[in-house]
Amino acid sequence: MAFELTINGKTVPVDAPADMPLLWVLRDIAGLTGTKYGCGMAQCGACTVWVAGQPTRSCLIPASALVGQSITTIEGADSDVAKAVQTAWIEQAVAQCGYCQSGQVMSAIALLERNKAPSDDDIDAAMNGNLCRCATYQRIRAAIKQAAATLA
Amino acid sequence: MHPRILPNVLARRQPQLNRRQFLFAAGMVGTVMVVGCSSDAPSDSAATPPATDATTNAGPSPFAAYVGIAADGTVTVYSSQFDMGQNAYHGLATLVAEELDVPLTRVRVEGRAGNPKWYGNAMMGGAFQLTGGSSSMMTSWDRYRQAGAIAREMLKAAAAKQFGVSAAELEAADGKITHAASKQSADYGTLAAAAAALPVPADVALKPAAAWTLIGKDSTARIDSVPKSTGKLEFTIDTRLPGMVFATMLHSPRFGGTVKSVDDQAARAVPGVTDVVTVSRGVAVVATNTWAALQGRKALKVEWDFSAAETRSTDALYAELEKAAAGPGKSALNRGDAAAALGKAKQVIEADYRFPYLAHAALEPLNAIAHRDGDTLHLYGGLQMPDAVQGACAAIAGVPPEAVALHVKQTGGGFGRRAVPDCDVFVEVVEIAKAIQFRAPVLLQWSREADMAGGRYRPIHVHRVRVGIDADGQISGWQHHVAGQSIFAGGPFEGMMKDGIDPSSIEGIDDTPYALPDLSLEVSRLESKVPVLWWRSVGHTHTAYVMETMIDEIASATGQDPVALRLKLLPAGARQRAVLEKAAAEAGWSNPVAAGRYRGVAVHQSFGSFVATVAEVSKQADGSIKVERCVVASDCGLVINPDIVRAQIAGGTGFGLGAVLGEQLQIADGGAVQQNYDGYRPLRLVDMPEVVVHMLPSAEKPTGIGECAVPPIGPAVANAIFQATGKRLRHLPYRQA
Repeated sequence: MAFELTINGKTVPVDAPADMPLLWVLRDIAGLTGTKYGCGMAQCGACTVWVAGQPTRSCLIPASALVGQSITTIEGADSDVAKAVQTAWIEQAVAQCGYCQSGQVMSAIALLERNKAPSDDDIDAAMNGNLCRCATYQRIRAAIKQAAATLA
Repeated sequence: MHPRILPNVLARRQPQLNRRQFLFAAGMVGTVMVVGCSSDAPSDSAATPPATDATTNAGPSPFAAYVGIAADGTVTVYSSQFDMGQNAYHGLATLVAEELDVPLTRVRVEGRAGNPKWYGNAMMGGAFQLTGGSSSMMTSWDRYRQAGAIAREMLKAAAAKQFGVSAAELEAADGKITHAASKQSADYGTLAAAAAALPVPADVALKPAAAWTLIGKDSTARIDSVPKSTGKLEFTIDTRLPGMVFATMLHSPRFGGTVKSVDDQAARAVPGVTDVVTVSRGVAVVATNTWAALQGRKALKVEWDFSAAETRSTDALYAELEKAAAGPGKSALNRGDAAAALGKAKQVIEADYRFPYLAHAALEPLNAIAHRDGDTLHLYGGLQMPDAVQGACAAIAGVPPEAVALHVKQTGGGFGRRAVPDCDVFVEVVEIAKAIQFRAPVLLQWSREADMAGGRYRPIHVHRVRVGIDADGQISGWQHHVAGQSIFAGGPFEGMMKDGIDPSSIEGIDDTPYALPDLSLEVSRLESKVPVLWWRSVGHTHTAYVMETMIDEIASATGQDPVALRLKLLPAGARQRAVLEKAAAEAGWSNPVAAGRYRGVAVHQSFGSFVATVAEVSKQADGSIKVERCVVASDCGLVINPDIVRAQIAGGTGFGLGAVLGEQLQIADGGAVQQNYDGYRPLRLVDMPEVVVHMLPSAEKPTGIGECAVPPIGPAVANAIFQATGKRLRHLPYRQA
């Protein structure tokens, strides 16, 4: 079916089956490969994007259900919070392989957009769904705290 | 991934594989030849230089093999080492930039493969290219510094001609050659083409350590942090070629099953599916997008031939292993007289351990790309063992190996899974591409389920240990039986086995540094259709656990401090001593632990390096254990990048902790039970402890670090759990449900 999505502020025409998850529309149709496939069942968080500002696992949600909603991917994350988070990620050298980091960064920005001074428990709650097989978690925590400090 | 490839071990007892043996063993008879550099030409170097200079005994021109300099001064390091997250690219960039006198901000790295003469792993005798055994810095330490130094001298020679001065009067710094007296200066970019055409000097002095500005300096700068933090790094899954089609695989639900018949009607009806083809290891669905391929896979109806398939379950495998471990095995080591010593012991500690299959479960599920363009077969992906891929895929495509162009992609993790001697995912993608007459580039993307259920696990093992303690509290005999599946048997590394014993199953035991004068070590091998492979730190994943928890049991049984007992059993000069003492001191071992906290310690050598870990745990209200803090001390020789060592130790600690806490890949009815991250559970953020890393200064050559923090974390935590609960954790993982 043909429909239109709003991705990173742009209108994107899509011709895809109604049940195709947003992840594959982003990657294989819209050419936005920053959002990663990890599990296909909302277990790893590698596919995290924002739908209407909320962190959302794009691997399960059908794209056709998101017509009219604002979708943001890592390619479109450019708010002050996004810049602070990505700067902290770079300065802390968080990434090892880097594959999960798009999802980590998107979850972290969403956390800081709604909570400028997250506690350790807040970070646990917001980030535990994002799996990092390289176990960069300690630096993820440090980078979120650094970003929060720069935004304070 | 690879265990005993270190030179000291090779020199001790193992024949080095040469490339011929390797290719033959890998089943690639007929492709045995040293192939030329069929890979991408260094496209961004300023000129195409001669590969070697026939007038000297010098190696290849650095400008052909190892480093390109573009007209704008950008330096590209051609890496022999594949990067799966261990940051080998940054390490090699550091070595080249140091000698070349160029800022790291001007350096980028590209993987190269297909020319073992240039890229062969020196730790494997240099005959073939391999990323593994935590050897990237070991094999690159001399090669890439020399490449940088030779390139620098060739740039100086070019500048000398241009300036009309002697090269001896020139200085290299910050990407420029300068002649101070005449105030002439030229950027590398403007000199590179002329430099590359000059003779390659045979002997170039390397910088003394005192002159280093990058090596050993602490910095969190990484050459690829920006693309990895912004979603811009292009992994295999992100690579797009014109007209590309997307494929996925369905494998037998039981290991060893083969396709009997396929009903592909429903699969072909999925919009976007263009082809369904049967290949050697299963059925592939080809489509115009990944989702369609995955939907087609679900719709396949395949009848499997299970006549040669595995049928057993984990419980049955454990039962067989425990039976074997209780009886006699093949003798791997017999020092002194363990039986007699045990006969004289006053007390005997007996312990049986269970170690499950473990999946690598890297975040980027396995994938590869094949594209035949004219007479050239282009392959893209995680090339950890590229020569094998080149040989295997050439044979399938019907082209000579030199017509296979290898494009090395960084991958989303690896942990050993991308070094598969039979080249599984590459063989499949070429078979699929061939089945559709090479009409389009094919990206084969395994589903998470295919990746997790696809085998190549850390092999299942059972250890049975009997240790005697005499009236004086001294160890009196150590009998050790390791029963498990062999990684080397039946593969190209089988030649490294001696008397049918897989060295990777006993590494960390047979070379124990502890004074154990009466030690017998026996091995029994389980035959199974479940494919196994190296998994970050290989045999050390289980051997270190057994050795270091048994030492802890002996300490408890004899009322000795676990650190003091280890120091008593370690010979003077053993490098384990210093890391153990450092970790203990930094963890405050000699002081009482805080209320509600419990400590455990372990020390282990792997891949030439020494790591000691003190784990501190707490008991939660529900009785469960939380690992709060780990103090880790390492001696990995000279540290090239302290922050990468810190990152690898923290990551390796988390990786190893995840296995101890919650990972197991169970087998039921001959197939994998856990198929995704819901059932298979690597470490998550809430379980990550604080990890504090201390690196011991060393002037020794760099040794491994990517794998070396994995072995000690498990036993350190298990020993702390004993302090907290009085229970010995011998059946892994801790969380069974």
